[in-house]
Amino acid sequence: MFKIVRKNILGPEIVQMEIEAKNIAPVAKPGQFVILIVHEKGERIPLTIADRDNDLITIVFQVVGKTTTLLAKLAEGDFLCNVVGPLGNPTDIETFGRVICVGGGIGIAPVYPIARALKKKGNEVISIIGYRSKDYVFWEEKIRSASHRVIVTTNDGSYGFKGFVTDALKEMLNEHIDRVFTIGPTIMMREVSKLTKERNIKTVASLNSLMVCGMGMCGTCRVRVGGETKFTCFDGPDFDGHLVDFDELIKRLDTYKEEERISLETLRKEIQI
Amino acid sequence: MKLIKEQIPMKEQPPEVRKKNFEEVPLGYTKEEAILEASRCIQCPVHPCVSGCPVHVDIPAFIKAIKEDKLQSAIDIMNETNLLPGVTGRICPQEDQCQALCVVGKVGDPVSIGRLERYIADWEFNKNQGKKRVSISKIDPTGRSVALIGSGPASLSCSVDLVKMGYSATIFEAFHKGGGVLTYGIPEFRLPKRIVNYEICFLQELGVSFVFDFLVGRTATIEDLFKRGFSAVFIGSGAGAPQFMRIEGENLDGIYSANEYLTRVNLMKAFKFPEFDTPIKKGKRVAVIGGGNVAMDAARTSLRMGAEHVYLIYRRSRNEMPARVEEVVHAEEEGIEFMLLTNPVKYIGDEKGFVKQVECLRMTLGEEDASGRKRPVPIEGSEFRIDIDQAIVAIGTLPNPIISITTPGLSIGRQGEILADADGNTSIKGVFAGGDIVTGSATVITAMGAGRTAAASIDRYLKEGS
Ligand SMILES: Cc1cc2nc3c(=O)[nH]c(=O)nc-3n(C[C@H](O)[C@H](O)[C@H](O)COP(=O)(O)OP(=O)(O)OC[C@H]3O[C@@H](n4cnc5c(N)ncnc54)[C@H](O)[C@@H]3O)c2cc1C
Ligand SMILES: Cc1cc2nc3c(=O)[nH]c(=O)nc-3n(C[C@H](O)[C@H](O)[C@H](O)COP(=O)(O)OP(=O)(O)OC[C@H]3O[C@@H](n4cnc5c(N)ncnc54)[C@H](O)[C@@H]3O)c2cc1C
Ligand code: SF4
Ligand code: SF4
Ligand code: FES
Repeated sequence: MFKIVRKNILGPEIVQMEIEAKNIAPVAKPGQFVILIVHEKGERIPLTIADRDNDLITIVFQVVGKTTTLLAKLAEGDFLCNVVGPLGNPTDIETFGRVICVGGGIGIAPVYPIARALKKKGNEVISIIGYRSKDYVFWEEKIRSASHRVIVTTNDGSYGFKGFVTDALKEMLNEHIDRVFTIGPTIMMREVSKLTKERNIKTVASLNSLMVCGMGMCGTCRVRVGGETKFTCFDGPDFDGHLVDFDELIKRLDTYKEEERISLETLRKEIQI
Repeated sequence: MKLIKEQIPMKEQPPEVRKKNFEEVPLGYTKEEAILEASRCIQCPVHPCVSGCPVHVDIPAFIKAIKEDKLQSAIDIMNETNLLPGVTGRICPQEDQCQALCVVGKVGDPVSIGRLERYIADWEFNKNQGKKRVSISKIDPTGRSVALIGSGPASLSCSVDLVKMGYSATIFEAFHKGGGVLTYGIPEFRLPKRIVNYEICFLQELGVSFVFDFLVGRTATIEDLFKRGFSAVFIGSGAGAPQFMRIEGENLDGIYSANEYLTRVNLMKAFKFPEFDTPIKKGKRVAVIGGGNVAMDAARTSLRMGAEHVYLIYRRSRNEMPARVEEVVHAEEEGIEFMLLTNPVKYIGDEKGFVKQVECLRMTLGEEDASGRKRPVPIEGSEFRIDIDQAIVAIGTLPNPIISITTPGLSIGRQGEILADADGNTSIKGVFAGGDIVTGSATVITAMGAGRTAAASIDRYLKEGS
């Protein structure tokens, strides 16, 4: 179970893995995620199912702390302790008309299955994908195959348009748009939602709160949406971006900043010895 | 022989020591102590104690065996009705159940049935060095298989009976470890995890299969389970969805549901961070909201995590506290500060979003409500604030709705509980349910009782098709 069948390095600190998950792959839908554990003493971390094929699920992750560092160290043929899923509600895919998918950084991977499903359902799909710089570009071809039009941005202009996804989005919003989907850093999703709110275009944001259980029994993932507390893992992860209290989410994501630092430093020391 | 009026006390770690470690608090009886306590049972012919026990353990018989030092037969008697004496002996609310009705209780302390139960369970554990061998004789397999959802006490007890009847039983558990609340909720110092593991290993040896990381409703629906060839399904998914008070500031950093707090500590071993990866905040001034077993567990855990002040904030008075008496006494001895007739109304945070104060109202008790408990009424203008850096909300849990929303045709009650009759039948043929998912938060022994009842119903259903 949970064998790492393929591993690719997509860019600096960006890793793609295909994992054997017989119970999960056949039923996973766009927008859903898994929670996995890397080793016996490990924590449970959520990662989106970015693609699937027969018995395999694809995850794409960025190395940011201890768990993703350990995960990135595993090789093809290694096994994960635990993978549970698919978790969360699938993204609501209907025929909306003209839609924009806005992905930033690692969030571009989970955008892919959503864009593909939207296209298949007959929508006109415009994807705006933003990377830090040229070196970080990944899955551009996949996104192109899943969209009618693609705009690539980089912060430093080393590839595609110079600027943030929101700069590109601002221009696109002059056209008639029926719906916007956004996945990426929380601040980016907040800014996207602000822009679309001004024009009253319904926007779906896929939230990335902290999680432990992933099944609605701990409340770690709670977020405020329209003044009400919701559980991201159970009620989401997709929510109406115009109603999400992103600032609260940003603060909650920082709860364990100090502990995360200790974790990573301890690991680095262990690896050196 | 003259009746000893007082219970033989069980040695405990002293409060000053134990509040700094996660080791078990009561240390168990010696053989002499157990025999002495067993001899306090007068073997009364009506033995009302038995009817106080939800699964009707043959209490006089097992106590008699202890008195005669026939411990194997004591265990055998016990296992006829109760599979987990090491668990129930430790955490059953005995004072409301078996011991409440003991006749010796009329002239002195009731017989300490729970401690004797624990004694024989520990004896067996030590004898087997933590690895029980299968001793039951299985009847011929029927070739039919049953799926059980959740690995808490309800499913555990149901699965054993099914296996004994010749069915194959597969438990699907969403978490990566088995035991339900016994594993993720109840702390080590009250229920050592080695006991739970011991029982789960035993079940595996009996032939019960465990599939972890499988969330029914998402990984597969109940309908899918039938398609996969299971002939019946038992739902023992518990009541694990935490409730919050929905007051201002409740999502500040440092505010946990008791489930989150206890799961991090017990299941994920955050008390050993950074050796284990899951982090937890170590509050110095902790407010725990609630008055039940869960609140006591959270409060005593946070003390062990290094808190200097733990305030237990409960809106009614001590008489109405639903927690077991032993837990309340232990909590008090360890220095938990009880703030009774007090109710939080909002939390105040610092600029980084961490909780720094809780504002409370003082309460008074008014008329009795539907549950027969006096209703707490706020005293106007009595607001006051306490400085805290962590809060743990333990005001109850509700059934997790994942199964009910993904199972068309399953009848659900007002609180989200699955409706099942006394035999465990739900509104869907071949689907049974028991434990907290049916009753709402209750006790380990009632969940086990429900599991056994359902096993008998499943057997009838598979034999007769009704
Ligand atoms: C539903 C869901 C889907 C996700 N999908 C993906 C995915 O497909 N690919 C991917 O790379 N990541 C994804 N994430 C985020 C991922 O779970 C975290 O990056 C991971 O838990 C970090 O673990 P760590 O131990 O390596 O780092 P930590 O030590 O936990 O954290 C290191 C740094 O990352 C930040 N961080 C921690 N958790 C999160 C989080 N949940 N979101 C954003 N930043 C965080 C911390 O603030 C800190 O700065 C998803 C999160 C959710 C809730
Ligand atoms: C902190 C705490 C302290 C307690 N103290 C006591 C005490 O002292 N004495 C006492 O008698 N009782 C106590 N209780 C109550 C007791 O633990 C419960 O009544 C009992 O565990 C209920 O058993 P159960 O089998 O119904 O469910 P649970 O023990 O809740 O187990 C349910 C299991 O099902 C799993 N699950 C849920 N949904 C799904 C799904 N869709 N798919 C797969 N798996 C799923 C869950 O992960 C869980 O493991 C306490 C409870 C708590 C939380
Ligand atoms: S199972 Fe619980 S109620 Fe029954 S005899 Fe044992 S301690 Fe008493
Ligand atoms: S009621 Fe008390 S004295 Fe009578 S059999 Fe039960 S434990 Fe013994
Ligand atoms: S992660 Fe536990 S409730 Fe969402």
